[in-house]
Amino acid sequence: MQNRLGPNRVGPFGIFQTIADLFKLLFKELIPIKDADSFLFNLAPFIVIIASFMAIAAIPFAKGLHAIDLNIGVLYVIAVSAMGVIGVLLAGWSSNNKYSLIGAMRSGAQIVSYELSVGLALITIVIMAGSMQLSVIVEAQRDGWFIFKGHIPAFIAFVIFLISSTAETNRGPFDLAEAESELTAGYHTEYSGIKFAFFFLAEYINMFIVASIAATVFLGGWMPFHVGHWGGFNQVMDFIPPFIWYIGKTFFVIFLMMWFKWTFPRLRIDQLLTLEWKYLLPINLVNVLIMAFIVLMGWHF
Amino acid sequence: MNNEWLILFFLVGASFVGLVLIFSGIVAPKSTNPQKFEPYECGIPTEGVTWLQFNVGYYLFAILFLVFDVETVLVFPWAVVMKETGLAAFIEILIFFFILGLGLIYAWKKHALIWE
Repeated sequence: MQNRLGPNRVGPFGIFQTIADLFKLLFKELIPIKDADSFLFNLAPFIVIIASFMAIAAIPFAKGLHAIDLNIGVLYVIAVSAMGVIGVLLAGWSSNNKYSLIGAMRSGAQIVSYELSVGLALITIVIMAGSMQLSVIVEAQRDGWFIFKGHIPAFIAFVIFLISSTAETNRGPFDLAEAESELTAGYHTEYSGIKFAFFFLAEYINMFIVASIAATVFLGGWMPFHVGHWGGFNQVMDFIPPFIWYIGKTFFVIFLMMWFKWTFPRLRIDQLLTLEWKYLLPINLVNVLIMAFIVLMGWHF
Repeated sequence: MNNEWLILFFLVGASFVGLVLIFSGIVAPKSTNPQKFEPYECGIPTEGVTWLQFNVGYYLFAILFLVFDVETVLVFPWAVVMKETGLAAFIEILIFFFILGLGLIYAWKKHALIWE
């Protein structure tokens, strides 16, 4: 997708580039900005990182391998990961920079709008699973992943979840909050050194979280891929450990999100909001009703 | 429920950021220069104050979000019990979404969904 050589000088194939970047950022000066609201300016990285860390707590990596198995797991993850927007808004507001402020306001409008689609897409699956507990949702997919079990509505929900979670992590075609050509770097223009790195780290952790929620809820979490009554095939699939299944699915979704980023041009803000409010939201509401009807008639597998 | 794990993750996140910031504060160089602390606006000195009034459109979307987000939170418990309750739950959600749809259509007709 990227028609270029990456950084390839640090270590074999450049695999140590990330570590080298980390050390470089650690040893960079932290510049306090004149007239900035320094308390909020320093608080913002804490909020974005804490929000991402707390969302990780609820994610089931394999059977029994989760820090906490809340009975409202799905709701908890979307609620906590949405708290990161407060950090982004504070960062933009306190920087005393007009670009940062515009970036933060765009990010706020975007994240709160797409939050609805994420919630409704997950509701579609919660109807089928009959529980919000992530371990129960995974267990319900033992005989088939929800994306296959739920016919077309589950697939529509998956696509909507992908689009809106890409928007929620400020990535891909939805990166208006940090549109380089318009706003220099958006809300983290004034951050330097390791504080800047925290915003990037939070972005990538958030990407991992939404990808792993997509893998858990739609693609069966750590459940291996089974096909009906193919006993031998299923046994071969069982042989692969659950953790590998989980990581594989998560990285597949992350790969999809990166693919979006390199493929589509950035949206304008009016196009962004039109997409959410005039297309995704009505489709999603109808989709939830169709799914409820299917569950009511017992047509799902 | 072992909710102390949540507090642990909170503390890990906070101390991670705090310790790394302290470490960076020790090892990072410091130098002073009056130009350096200016906000970056493409090299031109900043004009006026930053905290200006901005587009009312953001507020409109915030209000719309509030309505629909409360609705999402209301639908979550319904989704959990939908399977067991059956037809009654389905009819109720039809009525609920009908009213909600009227609200969305109202906002649409009032041009609240158009970015100006």
